Amino acid sequence: MLRLEQRQQPSKLMLYLTPVLAVLTTMAVGGLLFVALGIAPGRAIYLLFIDPFVDRYNLSQLFVKASPLILIAMGLSIGFRAGVWNIGAEGQFIMGALAGGAVGLALWGMTGWWILPLMAVAAALGGALWGLIPALLKIRFNASEILVSLMLVYVAENFLAQMVQGVLRAPDGMGFPESRNLGRNEPTALPDVFPALGINAGGVTMLVLLTLAFFLLQKHALGFQIKLTGDSPRAARFAGVKPGVIITLCLGVSGAAAGLAGLFELTGAAGKLTIDFPLGYGFTAIIVAFLGRLNPVGILLAGVVLAGTYIGGENAQFMLKLPAAAVTVFQGMMLFFLLGFEILINYRVKRLRRAV
Amino acid sequence: MDFSSLNAVAMIVLLIGAATPILLAAIGELVAEKSGVLNLGVEGMMIIGAVTGFITATTTGSPMLGFAGGALGGALVSTLFAFLTQYLHSNQVATGLALTMFGLGLAALMGRNYNGIKPPRTDRLEVPGLSDFPVLGELLFSYDPIIYFSVFLVFAVWWFLNRTRGGLVLRACGENHDAAHSLGYNVQLIRFGAIMFGGACAGLGGAYVSLVRVPQWTEGMTAGVGWIALAIVVFASWKPWRVILGAYMFGGITILQLSLQALGISISGAYLSMTPYIVTIVVLVIMSADRKRASINAPACLGRSFHASH
Amino acid sequence: MKFTKTLAAAAAMGLALSGSAYADADPVKAGFIYVGPIGDLGWTWTHDQGRLAVEAEYGDRVETSYVESVPEGADAERVMSQMARSGVDIIFTTSFGYMDPTINVAAEFPDVAFAHATGYKRAENVATYSARFYEGRYVIGQIAGAMTETNKIGYIASFPIPEVVRGINSAYLAAKSVNPDVEFKVVWVYTWFDPGKEADAANALIEQGVDVIMQHTDSPAAMTIAEEKGVYAFGQASDMSAFGPNAQLTAILDNWGPYYIDRVGAIMDGTWESTDVWDGIGAGMVGIAPFSDKIPADVQALATETIAAIASGELHPFTGPINKQDGTVWLADGEVADDGTLAGLNFYVEGIDGELPN
Repeated sequence: MLRLEQRQQPSKLMLYLTPVLAVLTTMAVGGLLFVALGIAPGRAIYLLFIDPFVDRYNLSQLFVKASPLILIAMGLSIGFRAGVWNIGAEGQFIMGALAGGAVGLALWGMTGWWILPLMAVAAALGGALWGLIPALLKIRFNASEILVSLMLVYVAENFLAQMVQGVLRAPDGMGFPESRNLGRNEPTALPDVFPALGINAGGVTMLVLLTLAFFLLQKHALGFQIKLTGDSPRAARFAGVKPGVIITLCLGVSGAAAGLAGLFELTGAAGKLTIDFPLGYGFTAIIVAFLGRLNPVGILLAGVVLAGTYIGGENAQFMLKLPAAAVTVFQGMMLFFLLGFEILINYRVKRLRRAV
Repeated sequence: MDFSSLNAVAMIVLLIGAATPILLAAIGELVAEKSGVLNLGVEGMMIIGAVTGFITATTTGSPMLGFAGGALGGALVSTLFAFLTQYLHSNQVATGLALTMFGLGLAALMGRNYNGIKPPRTDRLEVPGLSDFPVLGELLFSYDPIIYFSVFLVFAVWWFLNRTRGGLVLRACGENHDAAHSLGYNVQLIRFGAIMFGGACAGLGGAYVSLVRVPQWTEGMTAGVGWIALAIVVFASWKPWRVILGAYMFGGITILQLSLQALGISISGAYLSMTPYIVTIVVLVIMSADRKRASINAPACLGRSFHASH
Repeated sequence: MKFTKTLAAAAAMGLALSGSAYADADPVKAGFIYVGPIGDLGWTWTHDQGRLAVEAEYGDRVETSYVESVPEGADAERVMSQMARSGVDIIFTTSFGYMDPTINVAAEFPDVAFAHATGYKRAENVATYSARFYEGRYVIGQIAGAMTETNKIGYIASFPIPEVVRGINSAYLAAKSVNPDVEFKVVWVYTWFDPGKEADAANALIEQGVDVIMQHTDSPAAMTIAEEKGVYAFGQASDMSAFGPNAQLTAILDNWGPYYIDRVGAIMDGTWESTDVWDGIGAGMVGIAPFSDKIPADVQALATETIAAIASGELHPFTGPINKQDGTVWLADGEVADDGTLAGLNFYVEGIDGELPN
């Protein structure tokens, strides 16, 4: 019989070990899954977890995929720490891209170093405003931000479809529902900074913001308030923390981060606005946030690992005929295992001895 | 714009069919939430139910066994969530999301050899004499068994929660789990059971989608309906009968916007598609704003982990 | 000395020859990028059938691979690059949205051939190909016009892009030509593949009195509903009679096999070139499934004649006099629409009710 016994202090070792344990266990269980699917487990695991970091081309794609995930997850984690659950990052991603893209398209034909930063500001504002809708409704009407932000994702998706068919549609695009290509238009294209790892201007911004988030959470009074609100809402109230401020801040910041990520994706990897522009990053970022244990350094690592599994998964598909769905199962499993192992931080496992 | 050809009875029949999966998932989630658990994994449980139900039905040739299979699949996959949240004290929001993602992926894997297969037909009710009655006959007596079952289930849940001792204990776990524990009730076990019930209902709803509504299997076929079910529970202020209202309203708007298009009304399809979600937000706001009502009905311990402190 | 040299030269030549023979024995590698799952029984499924046809035709001489459900954009570029780097000789990218990624990757891999479906940008190593589905639409439009009793035909449309608009226009013109009272009801579902939405749309149309359904979406959901409700429907991209034994009148078949076999063959004998192929019924890219018994003999005869006329080039679905929906003249009497206009078609023809979204 196994029993859980609460620890005196949360175990620091487990704090760092749990994500590693989660990844290792996923590899093991995943290996069994591959055998069941009739795929060589060793090769599959190599392709999913090792190859993306070893192969030069894959490496150059790594941060292309990881940056948006990390940026969004960083914003989300601030809210999650405070118990503010933003599930609508996907919608904020879309709205940010729409806002920034609209500015870029409106200024089409003009040149100047200021265009791209202006688009970024518009995108951050767009995403923030979309995130502030659930904030407002929560503060004023006590409506669940989980559900409102989620509903707004669907609204945003439909709005995007409407925009790319109408106002934002490329005039010389043969009537297809997509915008002009902002990624290939010099004034609006996102410049590369460190191509060997796939880091472009968006990636650099992400790293800067991540550092800022680190300092906010660790050193700033506001960071303390955020963490306090999450751990004990009552204590936070006694300490004079205004819940409305925290909610607005968290949803606004995560919305802005998601919106920025949307713009970087638009002006970098995707190039143009289409109906299929949203790729589910808003939801995957939630996994990244938790895998990274809601702290900036962890999120950086988790984002890189998850991006690696995406890239590795694509290769495994055509090299080993791995079904696309297997990668999603993997990612879900990783989160499950992480959540399971987390208990070891606050509890230790003791075997009950039979009374003699 | 010719409203005379709008067939109201036919639309009502259609919307009830569209609303039933949401209804089933929502009533199951209501029970789980009444016991104090917020399970965001409804979408994952539904899609697993859709694929297990489909596989069972096509393998055995019986749609009824298929529905049972779907319910079983949903219940089984919900145990992952139940175990993690009740015994390993994991964060409910994160675990629910993990369940959704895992469920979507696993369902796609399981179903990949079942694309393009036709499931056995679920027959509609045919009551001689009654079913052919004009208007009322179609409105009341022409549905398949699951629709009737779903309404019965709502009644059964209401009865259980409000008229039985078991329901009282379950609600106690949701309102004040410490008190329930000190009275000797095994809160974790009760919640585990409630979660599994929610899983079975969601699984049944999913099976309904793949066996009746569409009917076939494809990846991701539940298309976000599980999230709507979560919203419906709040909309219904955690009252069983209101779940029917919410589900039918949502189904109605979805069908209405397609019918409007078929009528030639040229409001853009994209804007019309938004309406169900916007209406859900508006209703959510109205329901939540009534603080008195909301605070009476939302289980006080919703979302909070129970830690036995002995 | 001389002898040794000759021997060495002979040996070298022998090695070289056997080397190239060995190279000839290397199978040609063909890769396919799919936008959806191969189980969709629609667009992607038909392309995969084409791939299987290539394998059946060439056996050991070819090695095919595919990646399914690849989102358009950066992911597509990455997958294409990976395929190209792994030594694939020709890559077929089967969705309009892969256009820019295909051009970009092709520029980096000039020795790899690329073929992009339904696109319009070409390069030295990028070909384009598409099928004249509107020819198939014309045939089913005629059948629909003849078979409807309520004179209401339902059309489940995906996105208001030229290809879809071409289909609606072509089907309407055909239906009208056999039944002047016919009316088209178009529902836009904004997705290529969503069985639930397609089923809902079919139901909504049927409730509004439609008794024949056409679709430009990929799943058999609408056919299943048509079967249940006792109305007629047409299979899309593949024969869907398994889902609608009584409902399916016929189907438009996408037949990519011949094109794929031909192109892979061109790689094999080194004659591949960038071309633009827009074939229809005549070339076998668009097929029509066997007619259902429910279609009366005279209608079947008419349809068969139409197919033959289109195949031989005698009949072009877009032959004037045709006006645009707003009444202005599009095609004069006897004038045939040119491919350029058709490729960018963004208006309804006269007689179709309702607005084309944007």
